[in-house]
Amino acid sequence: MQRHFWRKAWRFRELFLILAWRDLTVRYKQTILGLGWAVLKPLLTMAALTIVFSALAKLPTSGHAPYMILVFTGLLAWNVVAYLISETSSSLLGNHNLISKVYFPRILIPAATLLVAVVDFFLNFFILLCLMAYFHYLPDWRILFLPFFIVLVLLCGFGPGLWLAAINVKYRDLRYVVPFIMQLGLFVSPVGFSSNIVPERWQLLYSANPIVGIIDGFRWCLLHGEERLNLSAIGLSILVSSVVFGLGLRRFRATERTFADLI
Amino acid sequence: MSNVVIRAERLGKKYTISHQPSRPDLHSLRAEIGQQAEAIWKKARSLVRNGAIVPRRDYEEYWALKDANFEIGRGDIIGIIGRNGAGKSTLLKLLSGITEPSEGCVEIEGQVASLLEVGTGFHPELTGRENVFLNGAILGMSRNEVRKKFDEIVAFAGIEKFLDTPVKRYSSGMYVRLAFSVAAHLEPDILIIDEVLAVGDAEFQKKCLGKVEEVAHSEGRTILLVSHNISIITALCRNAVLLEGGKISNFGPVHETVSQYFLRGKATSFSVEFEPTRNDAGSRGAMLLGAQIQDAGGRPKGEVDVHVGCKVIMRYRVTNDMTKQAHVIFRFWNSEGQCAFVSTQSGGPFMRGDYQAECRIPPELLNCGLYFVDVALMSTQFGEPHYFDEQSLLCAVAVEQTSEAREIEFDHAHTAAGVLRPKLDWTIKQLT
Repeated sequence: MQRHFWRKAWRFRELFLILAWRDLTVRYKQTILGLGWAVLKPLLTMAALTIVFSALAKLPTSGHAPYMILVFTGLLAWNVVAYLISETSSSLLGNHNLISKVYFPRILIPAATLLVAVVDFFLNFFILLCLMAYFHYLPDWRILFLPFFIVLVLLCGFGPGLWLAAINVKYRDLRYVVPFIMQLGLFVSPVGFSSNIVPERWQLLYSANPIVGIIDGFRWCLLHGEERLNLSAIGLSILVSSVVFGLGLRRFRATERTFADLI
Repeated sequence: MSNVVIRAERLGKKYTISHQPSRPDLHSLRAEIGQQAEAIWKKARSLVRNGAIVPRRDYEEYWALKDANFEIGRGDIIGIIGRNGAGKSTLLKLLSGITEPSEGCVEIEGQVASLLEVGTGFHPELTGRENVFLNGAILGMSRNEVRKKFDEIVAFAGIEKFLDTPVKRYSSGMYVRLAFSVAAHLEPDILIIDEVLAVGDAEFQKKCLGKVEEVAHSEGRTILLVSHNISIITALCRNAVLLEGGKISNFGPVHETVSQYFLRGKATSFSVEFEPTRNDAGSRGAMLLGAQIQDAGGRPKGEVDVHVGCKVIMRYRVTNDMTKQAHVIFRFWNSEGQCAFVSTQSGGPFMRGDYQAECRIPPELLNCGLYFVDVALMSTQFGEPHYFDEQSLLCAVAVEQTSEAREIEFDHAHTAAGVLRPKLDWTIKQLT
């Protein structure tokens, strides 16, 4: 049964690619700036967070890293998680016409969102590299560990997304809850500031939020190790992300047969 | 490899429908909010306790399809007919795997493509070209397949000029044409079509039908077709399924199934007796007693061979002597509701008594398909036309008995257009 599920999904891989391609193409249709928005949005967020946390709140950066770079590395991870949770959870509803009229493995729809998130990530990553070049602050050998954290950040966002997507089909309440939580999450997670400013005795509790370990990891890889490598936070992050992903996938598979009836 | 490609056993699908409990005692917004809050609190409580979120009594079970058993062989073209809500779409959804059956099972051999809606997954912002690829992938074509057939698809839809325009700018006709032509170029083993042939203008519809026929006659492809357009069903399918209230009530030759469909629905049959004690019909002077379709030999029969013709028999009773002429009338209607022809016969004066009128429908007049016949009795006794009685309760299916001796005049004689198909006298002579 397990093998069957994945084999079926593989047979429909072209549909998966084309759904992801559709989501990417449609996004900036009939806009003047087009792809410019993909560049402008993270830069503006970065500027706003830098102004609030550095210029106004006078929070310290980690080591010698420019504060803007610190913020952008945080955003790099945060955007993936935020996009995955909000888009994956609503992806089934957004494609209800497909679900009720055509048969294909339902996992393709959230999976297509995952692919879009990956593309987005690399675009943001490219912007970050440009920024770093501008500040003459290029990453060192630690960047080699980045792929690990990339996988982790995708897992961390996809798991809850999958779970919420399955629930969302039946209970639409989540539509109102998710955006609110995401808004809150931006300030609870160490995106606009370094997690160092959290007092030592609260650190462990703080890292129960799996994004904390991931953002710390990103900063360690990209900022010359000036953000210390918080192993317990990373371990906790791996644990929480995998458990949530496992539960999410299980929930999705248990309910996917009823999607067409409920949506 | 067996010859059965679809086998359904005790196939059933149950839906639960919820009823909004109405509370007539609620008049103010405040009371309403109070009730809502209470309901939310109850839901939250039972959610925590892992109970049902919606109270059981608000639910009712509804079997959209029940106990369906059938087998469909390779290369069959099966029509599925039935009234709205009879379970046609549910059956198609079960066969295409969109929903899971609540009981029973269905075994399918081969690749299935379902076309339950024209343009499923079309994205308004994408161009025609992009949508062809998107829709193709959704319907199960590989990118290479679409690329190979791309020119054919575009030519069939006739939208070459607008390929790079977003489809939201298309007229609705262009939109459905493009959507249908993508679907028409699918090449699955089993094709499931739900009421989508009636798109575009008349010319395009004809093209669509031709395409479906072409697909159907190509090797070993099985087609399941739902349509309310009975003439499409009779033209394309040899066998048909009749669904009634979620149950299969007939699965057999298309004409048999189609006539049963109409028989049940309108209490229509090829032979009817009218109640002689109907109010006021008799008091006006005359009334219909019965009507019947008979074959040329005089046997009551609902199936008429177009090459042989049939008879329409009407019986009526005159209750008061009539001094002026009276007319017996019948009209033939086709299944789309067009009147094919009217025939009347005048007679009289009529003395009190029972009468029988007989009219012969000549061979080579009717086209294949379903006809309804209504009968009436009329008189000009009081200066203006006065209808004594009108009944519309007969139906007849005209078919072409396939016999090898019959010369083949049209290649696809059974799909010849027209309400009637009379055989007329022709003379052809050489002029130069």
